[in-house]
Amino acid sequence: MSVPPEAGAAGAPAGSGEEIFQVSRRLRTGIEGDVHEHLVEALYADAGRIAARAVSRPGRERRATFDATLDRIVTSRLWGFPVMLGLFALMFWLTISGANVPSALLADLLVGKGYPWLQELALAAGLPAWLRGLTIDGMYLATAWVVSVMLPPMAIFFPLFTLLEDFGYLPRVAFNLDRLFQRAGAHGRQAMSTMMGFGCNAAGVVATRIIDSPRERLIAILTNNFALCNGRWPTQILVATIFIGGLVPAHLAGLVSAAAVTGVAMLGVGFTFATAWLLSRTILKGEVSTFSLELPPYRPPRFWRTLYTSLIDRTLFVLWRAVLFALPSGAVIWLSTNVEIGGRSLAEQAITGLDPLGLALGLNGVILLAYVIAIPANEIIIPTVLMLTVLSAKMTGVGGEAGVIFELDSPEEIKRVLTAGGWTVLTGVNLMLFSLLHNPCSTTIYTIYKETRSARWAALATLLPLFIGFAVTALVAFLWRALS
Amino acid sequence: MSADPANTAAPSEACAACDVYRAAQLRKLGLAEGEFDFVVALAGNPNTGKSTVFNALTGLRQHTGNWPGKTVARAEGGFSYRDRRYKLVDLPGTYSLLSTSVDEEIARDFLLFGRPDVTVVVADATRLERNLNLVLQVLEITGRAVLCLNLMDEAERHGVKVDDRQLARDLGVPVVPASARFGRGLPELLAAIGQVALAPVSGRVHRLSEEPPAIRAALGDLTARLRTAYPDLPNARWIAMRLLGGDDRVASALRRGELSGLADRARGAREGLFNEAKEAVR
Repeated sequence: MSVPPEAGAAGAPAGSGEEIFQVSRRLRTGIEGDVHEHLVEALYADAGRIAARAVSRPGRERRATFDATLDRIVTSRLWGFPVMLGLFALMFWLTISGANVPSALLADLLVGKGYPWLQELALAAGLPAWLRGLTIDGMYLATAWVVSVMLPPMAIFFPLFTLLEDFGYLPRVAFNLDRLFQRAGAHGRQAMSTMMGFGCNAAGVVATRIIDSPRERLIAILTNNFALCNGRWPTQILVATIFIGGLVPAHLAGLVSAAAVTGVAMLGVGFTFATAWLLSRTILKGEVSTFSLELPPYRPPRFWRTLYTSLIDRTLFVLWRAVLFALPSGAVIWLSTNVEIGGRSLAEQAITGLDPLGLALGLNGVILLAYVIAIPANEIIIPTVLMLTVLSAKMTGVGGEAGVIFELDSPEEIKRVLTAGGWTVLTGVNLMLFSLLHNPCSTTIYTIYKETRSARWAALATLLPLFIGFAVTALVAFLWRALS
Repeated sequence: MSADPANTAAPSEACAACDVYRAAQLRKLGLAEGEFDFVVALAGNPNTGKSTVFNALTGLRQHTGNWPGKTVARAEGGFSYRDRRYKLVDLPGTYSLLSTSVDEEIARDFLLFGRPDVTVVVADATRLERNLNLVLQVLEITGRAVLCLNLMDEAERHGVKVDDRQLARDLGVPVVPASARFGRGLPELLAAIGQVALAPVSGRVHRLSEEPPAIRAALGDLTARLRTAYPDLPNARWIAMRLLGGDDRVASALRRGELSGLADRARGAREGLFNEAKEAVR
């Protein structure tokens, strides 16, 4: 640290802060060994003495054996990962198979009944056509779609996840992943911020504050986006149900789609390790720090309390955010499909322009355009994709006018529309991959900027996953087409 | 609870269960807004239940989770107890106040520069020794502290007994056994917070008993200089330790003259209230 020119050591008045600081610097040089270590030793000795006087263990440790046995299984080298994968697959399977019916009910209520009712109301009120289109066909339908697609899976997934968290399983996951993070040159505590990222990447980026080395913290921030966030779960679940589940007999569909979603989530963890490894050997070289990870005791989760807080804190919070972004996005989509320049709408022109790139990546122009529109929130990808597909395929009879999100209340109908739009299994697979590997949402990018105080790191965190996404989808598309 | 003056006797569990009592004594104010009489900080190791205590006192529902490192930013809320308004600040859980991660800095800076009127250290009764490391560091910074011995139910389950009176004698601050998840011990905790908030000075608080020989002379010299320059500084020795340890944040506070002034303001406000309280008792 440098000394300000106006307050040099010699010139500082006696007893001033500056003088005391200079004295401390002089005294420091005369101390043998590390001051920090001396202090920590003294503290530990004192703490040990006081604790020894206050703590006694008259009883036998009864429950400890249960905890220890469970820990031996869930953190064992052999069983740790299978148990982890099994638990996550079980959660996804419950979510996928449980969400279908309520999703259909909500779609029927909000889109099937609510939409025509609102149209009639607007007609009776004498609203002009463009205003009806913008508000009802654009904003209302986009929002209704987000709610019916997202609410049921989230209302199942988040409470399950929170119960597991309350029980004390997450630190065990961190324990299992710790070895791998160390080997990748990252901090073991990154396991915690990665787990947070599965809920929300912005929260995951903030959670990297527990990492004390700046180098390892940057690695954790740059790779957090590979943790599949809850805005992307609905896309994964729906696409897996339609395209992967559709490949096998009906009774296996739920299980196979759950396995596919688990696979993508694990692939994300794989990319986290690979990218961390790459970063720690190129631009972020350095030593791996050690730390101690505490495995807290298992606690019986408080069921109703957990249910309540996860519904309020997570489900409704995320849903509210999605609705806030769906409203303006719905308007943008409607406008882009209805404002015409040179006889073709803006959306059509953009889709045609993006199609060559999209097809080379095994995707299409619609998906790429949807990801541009959905930068503020990944949650609205599916509704946007559907709306743009209908438009670009010039379908009639499904939605009616341009820019209207139509009645689609089952995965089968969605599949019909997408297949008519030229989608194949490759498109589905690559959409799942691209949903995992693309730029973070704008909230996360802003959070990265705030946490790193650097536009360059924020830019790298944005472009790196996007680049990887392009590379991976292009490779998969190439191999797929070469082999089939 | 121990070391308890007669005029602030802790209410019993039965009292606390009574709605009339609760309505008169504790009001959960939710999000912290407006004027407050006292600022209370919640410190402690990760995963000891700070956020659970925070939620129980403020009525807020900050997300709690069974894993260390969940709270990484400060959360603030408020409650009112016996006609005083308290602002409660939930700090990130840390194992020490000596290292340099962002979460530890947030906790350390708030305790040192935010000058809370009361610091509640929430400790895990099943892992007392490790938790005491942080408790001792907090006590070096401020004697206006309460130790909340949380997770007593788990300690019981694991066959661990903690003598809270012995602990209170050794540490020189009130010690409150609690199981915050089940609301046990919270009335006593409130009483202890109120007692420390209204007390004019802190009592005989434990300070590191054996200074490491290698740094004793330097520490003595520096502490004396700090005491002469800032007679009101409650934690001169801790500041001296940090300076010798090369803590840039503390060094720059010292050089900019931020160490003086803060102490006077906080104490002045407290004494005013204490006199008022004494008059009310008469």
